[in-house]
Amino acid sequence: MNLNELSILSLYSAMAVYALAFIAYSIDLAKRSSAVSAADVAGTASAGTATTAVAGGNTTTLTRISARIANDAATPYGRSASLRVGVSLTVLAWALHLVAAVLRGIAAERVPWANMYEFAMTGTLLIVTVYLIVLTRTDLRFLGTFVIGLILILLGIGALQYYVEVAPLPPALQSVWLVIHVFVASLGTGFFALGFALSFVQLLQSRREERVGGVKPGGLKFLSTLPSAFTLENLSYRVNIIGFILWTFTLMAGSVWAERAWGRYWGWDTKEVWTFIIWVIYAGYIHARATRGWRGSRSAWLAIIGFAAVMFNFGIVNVFFKGLHAYSGL
Amino acid sequence: MSRPSDHIDSAPAPDQGGVTQPKLGFAGTLRWFWRQLTSMRTALFLLLLLAIAAVPGSLVPQRSSDPNGVTQYFTDNPDLAPILDKIQAFDVYSSAWFSSIYLLLFISLIGCVIPRTKHHLQALRAKPPKTPARLARLAGFTSRTAPAGTDAATAVATARTVLKQGRYRVALFEGPGEFSVSAERGYLRETGNLVFHSALVGLLVVVGFGSGFGFSGQRVLVEGQTFVNTLLAYDSFNPGRFFNDTELDPYKLTLDDFEVSYETQNLEAFGQPVDFTAGVTVTPRGGDAAPGAVRVNDPLRTGGTSVYLLGNGYAPTITVRDPEGTVVFTDSVPFLPQDANLTSLGIVKVPDGLADQVGLVGFFYPTQDETTTGSYYSSFPDLEYPVLTLNVYSGDLGINDGVPTSVYALDTDHMEPLATRTSDIQPLELKPGDTQALPNGLGTVTFENATPDAAEGDYSGSVPRFASFDIHHDPTQGWVLLFASLVLGGLLTSLFVPRRRLWVKAVERADGSVQLEYAGLARGEDPGLESAVTALADRHAALLERSAPKDAVPVGNPGEPA
Ligand code: HEM
Repeated sequence: MNLNELSILSLYSAMAVYALAFIAYSIDLAKRSSAVSAADVAGTASAGTATTAVAGGNTTTLTRISARIANDAATPYGRSASLRVGVSLTVLAWALHLVAAVLRGIAAERVPWANMYEFAMTGTLLIVTVYLIVLTRTDLRFLGTFVIGLILILLGIGALQYYVEVAPLPPALQSVWLVIHVFVASLGTGFFALGFALSFVQLLQSRREERVGGVKPGGLKFLSTLPSAFTLENLSYRVNIIGFILWTFTLMAGSVWAERAWGRYWGWDTKEVWTFIIWVIYAGYIHARATRGWRGSRSAWLAIIGFAAVMFNFGIVNVFFKGLHAYSGL
Repeated sequence: MSRPSDHIDSAPAPDQGGVTQPKLGFAGTLRWFWRQLTSMRTALFLLLLLAIAAVPGSLVPQRSSDPNGVTQYFTDNPDLAPILDKIQAFDVYSSAWFSSIYLLLFISLIGCVIPRTKHHLQALRAKPPKTPARLARLAGFTSRTAPAGTDAATAVATARTVLKQGRYRVALFEGPGEFSVSAERGYLRETGNLVFHSALVGLLVVVGFGSGFGFSGQRVLVEGQTFVNTLLAYDSFNPGRFFNDTELDPYKLTLDDFEVSYETQNLEAFGQPVDFTAGVTVTPRGGDAAPGAVRVNDPLRTGGTSVYLLGNGYAPTITVRDPEGTVVFTDSVPFLPQDANLTSLGIVKVPDGLADQVGLVGFFYPTQDETTTGSYYSSFPDLEYPVLTLNVYSGDLGINDGVPTSVYALDTDHMEPLATRTSDIQPLELKPGDTQALPNGLGTVTFENATPDAAEGDYSGSVPRFASFDIHHDPTQGWVLLFASLVLGGLLTSLFVPRRRLWVKAVERADGSVQLEYAGLARGEDPGLESAVTALADRHAALLERSAPKDAVPVGNPGEPA
């Protein structure tokens, strides 16, 4: 068995463990839902407090904007055993994933991000890395289902659809800028992915919060064990601005590389166009957060559209659009 | 902060009461319009519009980056293409509509940045604002009792010292029975934001005008050939609007050799190029020749220009003689690669010296192989078994009409096929060193071997290679880099430097003790504010504890057990 085959084995093992982690996170969400139902049965009083908390939301907004993120869930819920299992499995899968990427790099004698298969492998590795690092600072364990679900889809497509054998880099890709530009872009994608998941849950949450005030409760029960839409929005913003800075750097490093490779730093090549579009969407997102009437769900939609564009840039533009950015064997 | 009035931190504009509002008048309308243009909502709208407007340029080929694609598009969609062309869909990024969006955006930007800059310059010199009457409503509110014996004025003076050490700007305030210090820090956040937005304007200006001062040109060189950096030496030359030919520095550049290495170990990538290196000699005007190299991703910077290696291929040396044996044509002709194994296509035109004008359409196979149907292809890009086939045409080459024709194309409409796959005589087939007769006794053609003395079967040096170079001059590139760095630096400071106000208030209670109150206010995103307030309170308490009079009597009754 050579190094690349070991890498593949390690990657498939990682995917299997991610799948188990995904199941564990899902069980946790299911348990949260039933805990919420139990709480509802135990007394309608809890619903009453939830309502006041939300009704007070508007006036406290200004002062709480800077509040250190606390879990301000309507129905607080600790860490279930399955959540702990989910996180442990994620760490294990991440280690296998890391080994897969490192072995691939050693087998190819270069950085493991030079074709679609390798982008998918390293990009998802960075998403999980960002997620795990953020976990040490803020409790986002409840996002596990969303993040690991995304990882499974991306890795599945990457490994099944785009697998290529190890090949040397064509001269066009032999550059330190490949190392810098692509790595930073993938890291930025990791932050955007997390921001996307947060904004997505934020939208669900704010719909629930609107409903709680009204007459029609229901929907996804586990949501009331998650932080408020307001908190989710702040978290999402914090993650997305880091992604935005990395993306700004990606754009600039890409221009420096384009100058060295093609003799012009900017030429509206399709890939350049999409990198620019993504940058502008996220600039719009940051502005939306600072514009009266655009905070909340509207800006969350922009973060979601931004991440959709990132995925489009990676999955569709790379494969179907014609341009200078050709990748060795895809 | 003099931000647009719809900024989330601005106070809502006072309601002007629609009915009683006086008519705006011309100046008023202008002012209203200007306020709309420089509002956050407009900026947001224009940004999103810009993102959408950039999309079509990735769906339809662009003249600037893919002119052949545009031509192809016109051929493939003869009905749609002219309509798209009308709305400038093939020139999206220089189109009227795309330009108006970003110009409006930048006008809005300038209109937004100037008042903010003015305001910020004032804020930099102003004192922190007065302490709010009720701190309890603010972030991180903390209330403590000062150590006994500390009076309110001293407590606040100590707080002032702590804050000053934390690089806050401070101001003391005094009211009946209370003292307070108001502190502010993080002016750098707004500075960063203004630098960021201004640098965007700088970037646009430099990019917009910069290209006008430079040029780009292309030149193909066969191994051994020399190029002198003058206008006439270029195969094609695109000067910027403000470029002056006399700025060209006439250095000499010789392509000594062109080295290529191919992957031969890894069967998965067999034949894939691993390295291209153009070995060159550069001779500056009046200077000494020096060796250099041009590689992909690694341009040569010389004489105010950058030389890029864009393409390469084979340039077989072909000699045509008349029936008497006099040379009427000899040259190394660059053949354009058609596939990854460098099957290459080239044209030879012999206008004079033979009984008829002759045109040759050549196919070159560096490693010739044959399919089961008998057609040729190249199975490896290096010179393992080179074969040249030539289709021969005679008649009118079409170059006497004065219409410029491409050296890479032959119009055979007015020519007679003498030796092609469909004529009686099959195309000529030559290996390096071979000579064959042209049909109709027109003469002979020779495929020269560049290394005639090489061992039998070693063709590795038999055919010269060519390299195509792009030569660019852009004097504003440094400025672009400078503004881009300012953009990034401004962004980092404006997003990560916390801008906050902190207050410490000391109130004398009726019983003689002093109550200390701490609170903060974030200006923009500031996740660390509450812990900053707590940290301040702790540090302040520690200092007060240390300086409190040692003989002070603690509040309460001495002697009694606690
Ligand atoms: C070329 C167009 C523009 C781009 C790419 C852009 C981008 C950005 C970015 C990335 C930020 C966040 C970083 C920072 O705070 O410095 C930002 C913030 C900001 N921009 Fe812009 N901007 C543009 C135009 C404008 C215009 C026209 C206005 C005025 C209406 C404006 C007003 C602001 C304000 C007030 C902030 C601070 C937001 C806050 O308080 O968090 N920008 N802009």
